[in-house]
Amino acid sequence: MKKHLITLTLLGLLAACASDKSKEASGTSALTRAPVDDRSSSSSSAANSNNVAEHSPESTAESSNQPSNDMLNDPNSLLAKRSVYFPFDTSAIQDSDIPLVQAHAKYLAGHGEQKVSVEGNTDERGSNEYNLALGQRRADSVKKMLELGGANSGQISAVSYGEEKPKATGHDETSWAQNRRADLDYK
Amino acid sequence: MLKILRGLLAVLVMLQASTANATLSIEIIGAGEHQIPVAIAPFGGDEKSAKTIHDVIAGDLLRSGLFRIVDNAGKAPLALSEVNYQDWRGLGAEALAIGTVSASADGRLTARFHLLDVVKQSELVGQEVSTSNAQIRAIGHRISDLIYEKLTGDKGVFSTRIAYVNRLGKRFNLVVADSDGYNEQIVLTQNEPILSPAWSPDGSRLAYVSFETGHAAVYVQSLHINQRMVLANFRGSNSAPAWSPDGKQLAVVLTKDGNSQIYLIRLDGSDVRRLSANSGIDTEPNFSPDGQNLLFTSDQGGSAQIYRMPITGGSAQRMTFGEGKNFSPRYSPDGKSFVFTHYEAGKFYITTQDFQTGQMQILTEGGLEKKPSFAPNGKLILFASEARGHGILATVSSDGRVKQHMFTQSGDAREPVWGQ
Repeated sequence: MKKHLITLTLLGLLAACASDKSKEASGTSALTRAPVDDRSSSSSSAANSNNVAEHSPESTAESSNQPSNDMLNDPNSLLAKRSVYFPFDTSAIQDSDIPLVQAHAKYLAGHGEQKVSVEGNTDERGSNEYNLALGQRRADSVKKMLELGGANSGQISAVSYGEEKPKATGHDETSWAQNRRADLDYK
Repeated sequence: MLKILRGLLAVLVMLQASTANATLSIEIIGAGEHQIPVAIAPFGGDEKSAKTIHDVIAGDLLRSGLFRIVDNAGKAPLALSEVNYQDWRGLGAEALAIGTVSASADGRLTARFHLLDVVKQSELVGQEVSTSNAQIRAIGHRISDLIYEKLTGDKGVFSTRIAYVNRLGKRFNLVVADSDGYNEQIVLTQNEPILSPAWSPDGSRLAYVSFETGHAAVYVQSLHINQRMVLANFRGSNSAPAWSPDGKQLAVVLTKDGNSQIYLIRLDGSDVRRLSANSGIDTEPNFSPDGQNLLFTSDQGGSAQIYRMPITGGSAQRMTFGEGKNFSPRYSPDGKSFVFTHYEAGKFYITTQDFQTGQMQILTEGGLEKKPSFAPNGKLILFASEARGHGILATVSSDGRVKQHMFTQSGDAREPVWGQ
């Protein structure tokens, strides 16, 4: 008990500092469910998937890690689309998205130095851990199709964010549909 | 269950934070079938300390839903000799707590406390509880535990701690707090997600999933010496850590060989052994109290359900059937039942199931309710829920009668887990 209390006292000191931080943070973001996805590449792909014509020079410019390759950055190319969407609790790529994934596979096959990260995401229906696994399965299924299309497995890393980085934060099908996706993030 | 709840007198108590670093406010909904009427006489000694201890005890007992606090009508006996049992009987109390608090020169506080049976006119327990001045609330929790144990026969859990993740926009804080939400300590803060905190059996360490390197990896952090190590950081996702009861190994979920499967790993990260072998998702392992079996979530049968398998590997037995999907299983401390999240028709419900009868009991109204874990005494279940557009912590008694909502001051509370 005594040892326990000493520990609590030490942690209490840490907490004194930490709670100040949390107060600062609450001043800017209190009581909001802000989207946590801060990756610029992801926001540009969001624009792409909604409207290809909106792929403006600004959104390309803000993605500093984008390679300066004309084909990859051509807004009229299928390669401008970087998100693959999935129905609820599935990880098989839908027929309508196969040409998109195949276009990326062909590009990667022709640019062996190019690396891409495939990031799987899910909606909030399911436990956080199950969704982490489901997001991984989505990323892996895109990776597999890229490899079948000629990409080298060393070019692709597949990761999952599960439901942790929702693009849309509502609790309805419109939001969920946007969150059930895998993003291709060129490095 | 809804009918029972509607029939009960709803008690609503707001326990406001009295110190700057307390971040949770609490609402209690529902009440136990039989509430024991308890009187707590004002403690003697330093007025401020006495009031804090009194408030902690009253708050703890009220939150349990098993007690009713009887007004002391201005009476304030400090010693056994000053107690007139007839007075307290007249006020309707079945038990009475009295005590005094004193401070020593080195800054330690000591409370001398007696719990009296008003009906039998006898002492149930008398004890001295001592701590540093900074930990005055711990004295109150200890006394609450003694009262709870004497009057209900079950161990109290007021001195235990919980862990959860507080999400503030892009910021993720891993938080450890007392079971009433006070004494919040942020043990990790970063701009990448934190998931699945899991207490070591001795309460000295937390294992958790952090995305700080860009993908999910499992870490173990010591709370006493503020030291952390990477437990599993293979390619893909490393997640869902669960401690064995002896604290020597963990079950984790890895994708290094393909799909999400369950592995055992020693505390130093060595001796990684694959346990499950199917083409589906196996995740969220949880050790049985005897360490012999694991409950886990798997979609090997087509949809997410709860399965059980021996830790030596071998075939898994499906535990949940019927409509819907099921996630996040955890054994009760006595090993006789398990709690999990049941998903059906768009809603998540905190649910228990008895191993022997296979009987499922839904404990909550349904919503975005996730990640249940039992208190060490098995009487309460902590889980993540949502209210007023925020992720909150909530508890429900294991019989479903008493519920509490705990609100953080800002952001979303998620991924809670009850510790020792």
